[in-house]
Amino acid sequence: MPKTKEVETNRPGDAGDLTWRTQQQAASLKSKDLLGIEQLDAGEIQLILDTAHHFKEISERSIKKVPTLRGKSIINLFFEPSTRTRMSFEIAAKRLSADIQSISASTSSLVKGETFVDTVRNIEAMYPDLLVIRHACPGAAHVLAETCNAGVINAGDGAHEHPTQALLDALTIRDHKGSIENLRVVIFGDIAHSRVARSNIHCLLKLGANVVVAAPPTFMPCNIEALGVEAFDRLEPALEGADVIVALRIQLERGGKISFPSPREYFNLFGLSRDKLALAKNDAIVMHPGPMNRGVEIASEVADGPQSVILDQVSNGLAVRMAVLYLLAGSGPAKNVETAA
Amino acid sequence: MPEKTIIMDTREIDRALSRIAHEIVERNHGTNNLALVGIRTRGVPLAEALQDKIKEFEGVQIPTGSVDITLYRDDLSRIAPNPLIQATELDFEIETKVVVLVDDVLFTGRTIRAALDAVIDYGRPRAIELAVLIDRGHREFPIRADFVGKNVPTSLREVIKVQCREIDGEDSVLMMEVDDFVSQYEDQGK
Amino acid sequence: MSKLLLKGGRVIDPAQGIDETADVIIDGGLIESVDSDLNINESNVLDVSGCIVAPGFIDMHVHLREPGQEYKETIQTGTAAAAAGGFTGVACMPNTSPVNDHRAVTELIIERADEAGSVPVYPIGCVSVGQQGEALAEIGQLVEGGCVAVSDDGVPVATAELMRRALEYTRMFDIPVIEHCEDLSLTQNQKAPMNEGSVSTALGFKGHPTAAEDIIVARDLVLAELTGGSLHCAHISSAGALRMIRDAKARGVSVTCEATPHHFILTDEEVRTFDTNTKMNPPLRSKADVDAVIEALVDGTIDAIVTDHAPHHADEKAFEFDLAPFGIVGLETAVPLACDRLLHRGHVTLKRLVELFSTNPARILRLGAGTLSEGTVANVTVLDLDRTATVDVSAFSSKSYNTPFDGWELKGWPVLTIVAGKVVWKATT
Repeated sequence: MPKTKEVETNRPGDAGDLTWRTQQQAASLKSKDLLGIEQLDAGEIQLILDTAHHFKEISERSIKKVPTLRGKSIINLFFEPSTRTRMSFEIAAKRLSADIQSISASTSSLVKGETFVDTVRNIEAMYPDLLVIRHACPGAAHVLAETCNAGVINAGDGAHEHPTQALLDALTIRDHKGSIENLRVVIFGDIAHSRVARSNIHCLLKLGANVVVAAPPTFMPCNIEALGVEAFDRLEPALEGADVIVALRIQLERGGKISFPSPREYFNLFGLSRDKLALAKNDAIVMHPGPMNRGVEIASEVADGPQSVILDQVSNGLAVRMAVLYLLAGSGPAKNVETAA
Repeated sequence: MPEKTIIMDTREIDRALSRIAHEIVERNHGTNNLALVGIRTRGVPLAEALQDKIKEFEGVQIPTGSVDITLYRDDLSRIAPNPLIQATELDFEIETKVVVLVDDVLFTGRTIRAALDAVIDYGRPRAIELAVLIDRGHREFPIRADFVGKNVPTSLREVIKVQCREIDGEDSVLMMEVDDFVSQYEDQGK
Repeated sequence: MSKLLLKGGRVIDPAQGIDETADVIIDGGLIESVDSDLNINESNVLDVSGCIVAPGFIDMHVHLREPGQEYKETIQTGTAAAAAGGFTGVACMPNTSPVNDHRAVTELIIERADEAGSVPVYPIGCVSVGQQGEALAEIGQLVEGGCVAVSDDGVPVATAELMRRALEYTRMFDIPVIEHCEDLSLTQNQKAPMNEGSVSTALGFKGHPTAAEDIIVARDLVLAELTGGSLHCAHISSAGALRMIRDAKARGVSVTCEATPHHFILTDEEVRTFDTNTKMNPPLRSKADVDAVIEALVDGTIDAIVTDHAPHHADEKAFEFDLAPFGIVGLETAVPLACDRLLHRGHVTLKRLVELFSTNPARILRLGAGTLSEGTVANVTVLDLDRTATVDVSAFSSKSYNTPFDGWELKGWPVLTIVAGKVVWKATT
């Protein structure tokens, strides 16, 4: 049927779609990238969580796929090794019918003499729609986002941020507790080296929770209170009245035996045992970003116990990553929300 | 004040729905294996209305669900911002069912194409039929409705808006010019 | 060489206690006279009315990268940058490739500087062989070759014992030992890329605490007192270190110290952009430390402003923050930054500014310069304090342009640099 050019370009989509669109609420993330929770406002966080909620259902169907991101090209750029997060992004992309390629570049772009920026430019020359990057250095995702046209998702930059982890944690808390506002959330472990801690602190504070951190002094970064949290150097006082407990993984091999003597001592002082858990509220939930060191930061019986929601975190992780991919890749090149009709 | 024509008022809609309900049961020789699936958003209250009517005259509650086609649209990369995804609820076995898709307006046919894909991803139905309240012509895909409330020839400069009591506070079908429609849309601050 | 007359400028020479409008005649590469209403019969008259005429500025802490890393900077480009920055002399650190622990390297540096013909270079030799921190270098030979001081800059002198011996040994030559004050165990052997504080906590970087600087300063002050040697603490950034140096000076310990413009202007908040031009060692510190540096510049605790000019190729800085090399260039920004941020903001007087850039560095390095007394070598820096211009890296004489100050609008610039009576650089208006 012949259409005049004028009609085509003046129509906002076609009028039928316009009708459809007015009946729906529409919303978007403000940036082309997801670099950290610090850049998001509470509204954007809720949008991601609400979208993720709907994506959960796809993984429960027999055909676990929708054609939404068909033809979109996503590259997983993992400069730091990871199995779980990488796999989670891969599955998320595939369930949205996107094409995804994982590349493990070693941090030795330095060794090969290729600059970080060059490595990325080479990949960009293949026109990906989205880049997912994990790197050992804080700020790597930010630098990438500045030099790339593609959207950049930070899958962990050193000890700085891991936004999708914080989002899936928030979704898990919301599923079990309804609202995050005013909950007492305790994050304990090696706070100094933890990107999960930092992202969670930002996310939970923006959603109105009271955040408490607990760590031995050698694992507590200086002036952490400036981020808006209460800090304890023992676990017991922190746990009093807690609604949510997030146990962080301890990596004693990282600081040598200088920061902490042994796993046994750690478990005695800071391990989440059944006794310590009893200090929290009866319906407190226990979370862990994984992988767990059983018997070090968390007792097996707690990890497997009725209050543990650790496995929910994993399935929520998939849904959150699908939501993030959808929101960043689903609507074409970077756009300015204010100028959209 | 934008010029609107009322195509159907509350009573006319109700009569059309009654007729469609009867036609569905007649065409399918009864209510066995029937299922109604409303296409979000306004297809859903229409599907529920059909379900109520069939219950009234056949005494049978047909399984009724809803499907959100956001993830199946073919035009996502042109729309900014993203539409919000809503729930798809199909709490019954798709296999063996004759699924009657229900939507408010049939226009280009792209929405129905997406709905077909969505439903089929849940299972393999025996057949899919389509019931719409208004068919306004201008098909871009080879899609046709099996049950139609009213045929309304339109020009591309016009827009049909179906309003449902549950969502918009009243049942009516309106027609207006695109520009008026757009400015009304903007006025509502959506 | 013909005579040169600088007419109508405000001559500031703290060494002679002069601050007045006067004319300066230079003859044969030496200052002939400084007086009012001077005239010469020749045409070499430079009208410097409205400008400041000061004894030539000296940057006693630069890295010229030659020999070995000429892709970052050479002695020729480095000294050209110095002249363009208003400096009439630079002292260069020995961490080249090979390091300057041998007289031959010292002589090479001086030869290259003479060839370049811009500003003289005063080499600083190594304290230890290879900068390895195990054995003393042939300091006598280095001094005979032309070194004015020794340092293992880049790293601290490795042990207290070695530092003690270095302070004792250098008494024979009356030269200072210049110390890079950093306890390496507290900075994970220089893996910590930024100051330890709220910002490093928020960004998740390993932190370099001020304690690392304070500890070596404390160690060396004790040793300076013990040995009577001359200690000079390089690029001081910490309020704690300054407190100790102030006390030690009051007690009569022979210690001097220096600070860079970035340490009296920028704080660690700059690192939030992850720009590698905010990565240097010592790192940008907290506001309290910056305030302490400014206070110390005013009250005399800090003797000299230096740049720690550290050129790096753009490719090297285009690495992840953790992996990028430390340092920024400074020769062409130091004077306008000091004029704009210290002088024009009323923190220091003009006299004090000249002491920090000229009188004191000359004294610390025993150069016999830093003054416009009659008969001294005519090294002169002329400043226009009202000139406003924007830092533009594309106009740099330096080979490298790794600086966070690109685009800064600053008031107060050098306009003329004279070395041994010859104009080696003039501002293009």
